Amino acid sequence: MSTRGETHLWVVQRLTAMILAFGVLVHLVTIILAVRGGLSAAEILGRTRGSEAWLAFYGLFALAAGLHGAIGLRAIAAEMLGVRGRVADLAWLAVGLLTAGFGIRAAIGLYV
Amino acid sequence: MDLRPRSHPTYLAFVVHRVSGLLLALFLPLHFWALGTAIAGEARLEGFLRWADNPLVKAAETVLVVLLAAHLAGGLRVLALEFLGWRRRQKDMVAISAGVALLAGLLFLLNVA
Repeated sequence: MSTRGETHLWVVQRLTAMILAFGVLVHLVTIILAVRGGLSAAEILGRTRGSEAWLAFYGLFALAAGLHGAIGLRAIAAEMLGVRGRVADLAWLAVGLLTAGFGIRAAIGLYV
Repeated sequence: MDLRPRSHPTYLAFVVHRVSGLLLALFLPLHFWALGTAIAGEARLEGFLRWADNPLVKAAETVLVVLLAAHLAGGLRVLALEFLGWRRRQKDMVAISAGVALLAGLLFLLNVA
């Protein structure tokens, strides 16, 4: 990939990191509070169903996490396994978008 | 071979950030896929949650919470270093990151038990 392309990926990795810093904090606090007294489907869905705020939060969180994870895996694969090149980059893009897609599907499932 | 740089706490922080990131990135698609499938109805989600009451699942969840908190705290240290130029007191920031990760795991365990 060109230097310009690598710079773009660096920027995406940092931007998603900033979104995730907020998202992970909210997620951890929600987890720690929600598990008190045990989790139930009714409790989770009662919080998320029909809530545009949670849908927007989880949708953005999933998109940022999917891209951030794929860029991180790409760097590890390149540095430790020597997996590089255009085909590998397209595969990582697919991994990122597919993962984000699974997450957005789950976020929509929590909303409807 | 000079191993001095690897004995610095920031090297350990780098390793923790990389390993936690790798494990979280591998877990993420499974997490999203499982949740997206389980969410297909309240009864199905309830069944998935009752399966997740298994102590082994709780132990795995605790590890995941620690990994997530460690990656968050370590990532904030990297962002502070890159964007705010916080180059001093790196050892303290690494120690705080480790503390945040363990605290999150402890709070999860105390609440889930």
